[in-house]
Amino acid sequence: MKEFICTVCPRGCRLKVDEKKLTVTGNGCIRGIEYGKNEAVNPKRILTSTVSIEGGLHRRLPVRTDIAIPKSMLFDCMAVIHGCKTKSPVIAGQVLIENIAGSGANLIASRNM
Amino acid sequence: MYDVAIIGAGICGASVAYYLSQKKLKICVIEKETDVSMGTTKANSAIIHAGYDPKPGTIMARLNVRGSAMIKELAPKLSVPYKQIGSLVLAFDERDLDTINLLYNRGIQNGVVGMKILSSRETLEIEPNIRTDVKGSLWAPSAAIISPWELCIAMCEVAAENGCDFLLENEVTKIKSEPSFFEITTTERKLQAKYIVNAAGIYSDRICSMAGSCDFSILPSKGQYYLLDKNQGDIVRHILFQCPTELGKGVLVSPTTAGNLIIGPNAESNNHPEDLSTTRYGLDYVAVTAAKTTDKINLRENVRSFSGLRANSNRDDFIIEPALFSQRFINVAGIKSPGLSSAPAIAEVALDLLEKGGLAMPQKEDYKNSRKHIVFNELTDEQKNKLIKENPSFGNIICRCNTVTEGEILQALHSPLPPKTIDGVKRRAGTGMGRCQGGFCSPRVHEIISRELNIPFEKVEQDRKGSYIVSEKF
Amino acid sequence: MLKYDLAVIGGGPAGLAAAISAYENGIRSIVVLERDVELGGILNQCIHNGFGLHRFGEELTGPQYAERFISKLSETSARVLLGTMVIGLNSDRYITCVNKYDGVFTIQAKAVILAMGCRERNRGPIGLPGDRGSGIFSAGSAQRYMNIDGYLVGRRAVILGSGDIGLIMARRMTLEGAKVLAVAELMPHSNGLNRNIVQCLDDFGIPLYLSHTVTDIFGKNRLDKVVISQVDDRLKPIPGTEKEFDCDTLLLSVGLIPENELTRTAEIPIDFRTNGAVVYDDMQTESEGIFACGNVLHVHDLVDFVSSESEKAGKKAAEYITGGCVSIHKAATIDIKNGNGVVYTVPQKVVIGGPEKSLEVFFRVREKSEKSIVEVSSGNRIISSFKREFLAPGEMERIVIPRKLLENINESIAISVKSGGTV
Repeated sequence: MKEFICTVCPRGCRLKVDEKKLTVTGNGCIRGIEYGKNEAVNPKRILTSTVSIEGGLHRRLPVRTDIAIPKSMLFDCMAVIHGCKTKSPVIAGQVLIENIAGSGANLIASRNM
Repeated sequence: MYDVAIIGAGICGASVAYYLSQKKLKICVIEKETDVSMGTTKANSAIIHAGYDPKPGTIMARLNVRGSAMIKELAPKLSVPYKQIGSLVLAFDERDLDTINLLYNRGIQNGVVGMKILSSRETLEIEPNIRTDVKGSLWAPSAAIISPWELCIAMCEVAAENGCDFLLENEVTKIKSEPSFFEITTTERKLQAKYIVNAAGIYSDRICSMAGSCDFSILPSKGQYYLLDKNQGDIVRHILFQCPTELGKGVLVSPTTAGNLIIGPNAESNNHPEDLSTTRYGLDYVAVTAAKTTDKINLRENVRSFSGLRANSNRDDFIIEPALFSQRFINVAGIKSPGLSSAPAIAEVALDLLEKGGLAMPQKEDYKNSRKHIVFNELTDEQKNKLIKENPSFGNIICRCNTVTEGEILQALHSPLPPKTIDGVKRRAGTGMGRCQGGFCSPRVHEIISRELNIPFEKVEQDRKGSYIVSEKF
Repeated sequence: MLKYDLAVIGGGPAGLAAAISAYENGIRSIVVLERDVELGGILNQCIHNGFGLHRFGEELTGPQYAERFISKLSETSARVLLGTMVIGLNSDRYITCVNKYDGVFTIQAKAVILAMGCRERNRGPIGLPGDRGSGIFSAGSAQRYMNIDGYLVGRRAVILGSGDIGLIMARRMTLEGAKVLAVAELMPHSNGLNRNIVQCLDDFGIPLYLSHTVTDIFGKNRLDKVVISQVDDRLKPIPGTEKEFDCDTLLLSVGLIPENELTRTAEIPIDFRTNGAVVYDDMQTESEGIFACGNVLHVHDLVDFVSSESEKAGKKAAEYITGGCVSIHKAATIDIKNGNGVVYTVPQKVVIGGPEKSLEVFFRVREKSEKSIVEVSSGNRIISSFKREFLAPGEMERIVIPRKLLENINESIAISVKSGGTV
């Protein structure tokens, strides 16, 4: 049994999810069931950070993964990001690292710089 | 070999350095902190007292009146914020009325000019926001507000320009008394000086004991303050004191030269010399006591609370005299209130004692006794435009709350005594003094210090040694 | 002196949306005055995702969200003055500015939109006691150090306040290798979005102490210890509940304050509850031709709402200019009052017989409640009511009242909450 706060709406129901049977209780509405199952089985997050940039307006360029990655891979991706250096100019959306840490997501620039 | 080493770069050490640097002498100021004005000088009521408070006949009584007149002349010469707004001691009952009469008589004896006892109506006329049950007040027009750290910094800058060496981050650890000089060991170096002026504030007893026997001790007394936003600054127009009672001295309510409102201090005796913490208990006392003067203060507009230490001693008066062991070691100690008001006059006495101790001090042919200091906010639009044309950095506003420009930060960083910390810049340029307390401008000031002084970004500190701001670079 | 039809003070999300909207509504002579070296405001340092869900149906980062507006503005005729600080404003819409290139100069505009944003509350107003060494940051300052300048502010942190910026910084510092020991929240509930509680705290096992506050701070040079204590229902610390944390950093996420110093200079009336100007339903302040929107008006939870509010201000400013600068406030107006359970409303005043079919009102409630009814009334008469499943102080609420229901109303109207029960 795992417990989560549902983030679908501001109400924040406390969900209880049985990981084996995939049953959800404590949900105030039907949307909580889907959320609870995903959080129990394969929680995913978008990772955002910055990378070093040379010749830009600032020292750091904001970056993100283009799609959500497994929550368990956040720190593996951060390790890769720490080694990433880029040079100005960079265009928003430009792919900086493909399939970062084997997560299936690309690391992309968040802005022009 | 220095002729004179001044230990301590507070307002007293700075005053002595200011005057001594105008003489043909090789002098230095030794200071343990990263900047001048770091002790009591930067954390006090920022008041130039009229001089009715000290008991007639004391050194304090004599030097207060003389010192406050000297500061009135010095402030414009040194471009130091100063406003002679006058003070009122408020009386709320019969006993208070007796007290203000006593103070009035003391003032007359001490040579304070222009004082008047005001009626309730007269008091409320000039100070409409105070409690309406005020019974009367003592008006002293010569009292003033000042930026104490700027006075100290300005005097040190002039001294530095006149050739005085400033040995900052040098804590004195040992003083050896030789027949004709002293050998001073600091955490950084060794040096010799024929004369010493001990202006070490709350540490002056320890410094004196290093060189020989010491016949006084310092008992630091902590005072806590609120500094409120500028939108509270015009609640009162004058420096407002309460009458002292057996319950305490009362707290003052006053505008500051920057337009804020200061209220405080309380008094906590036998304080640890390093303890500058604020406490709920202490600040609550200040708030409750200030409410006896006016109930118009909104404490939600507090921008900063702080504590300062008074260098009270086991004597009732300033200690300005040669040490027991040598005529060449002058103690300037126990400089409690009205120390700031008296400082230039204290320096005069110290110089006199040095001369009596055998130091010849002919005047330099060429020396400075003033400084120029640009405050963007005080200029007319025409002056601003001229300045920006000559130096575009004055068109770049860094501190939004107080409208401080990059030009003023550069002026501080390239002054004769450049600061290297965020708060050092703050004390000179006024950045981060406003309502956001540096929330916006600190990272920018940080960057400018790093760039101009070639200090790695992560090495720039807030104020005291060890007060780093960022821990590491990504 | 420069003359423009419209001057927008601030180039953050509010100013950007307002300027674009004014352009789209026919205004060509527009100047945007921005004090920073680039447009985008605080969004530039908000590198996390979660922006734009309402507006674009996508999860954008702050810079991505800003970029969409910046590029749109660049396609308009609006002139952008960067590095330009406004140091004066009066009710005749004369604006005094200063920058490196032009020095001090004046702009006169037919209409002005105030979009200066807000600042963070810091140590002073919340009266934090203790030592005064370095290492205490407002969360936003720490965010700038990290995300723009690229420096970690400390290795071990405690965060006071569970506002969104504090929560976001808890995750950010953790991802960069720092240890966040605790988040303390004075109130019995968090002010942050649930999503941030989950993704910024729970994901990393960071404890949230509700009904706790910082009661002492140690460290004369750099912070080395923070003490937190539980508070009672009057928010007073309870002796004996102290918890100590050895840490080098304390982040404060204790509220935002609209930056209305300029507004005050122009002597525009301020609502002490929002800390922003009093506005009519056309976003106009009591000073004719001066409009306000975004966080300078009232603090929003989501930038999406800032954008839509600012678009309305831009549109209304455009109508004011094209209509020959005749204020509709000359017509009869009524006040909107805070009824039971309501902390503030925006707007605070309504023009009777305004041109729109409906009146949009934003408000905040005092406490959490479920299955509630939001009532709009005038005197004893209920004009309209709205059902709400869930209400919380941290969530800005919005109702839309059909104008025709406001016909024949000549006293003030009040908005109040009838709670089905508190949570």
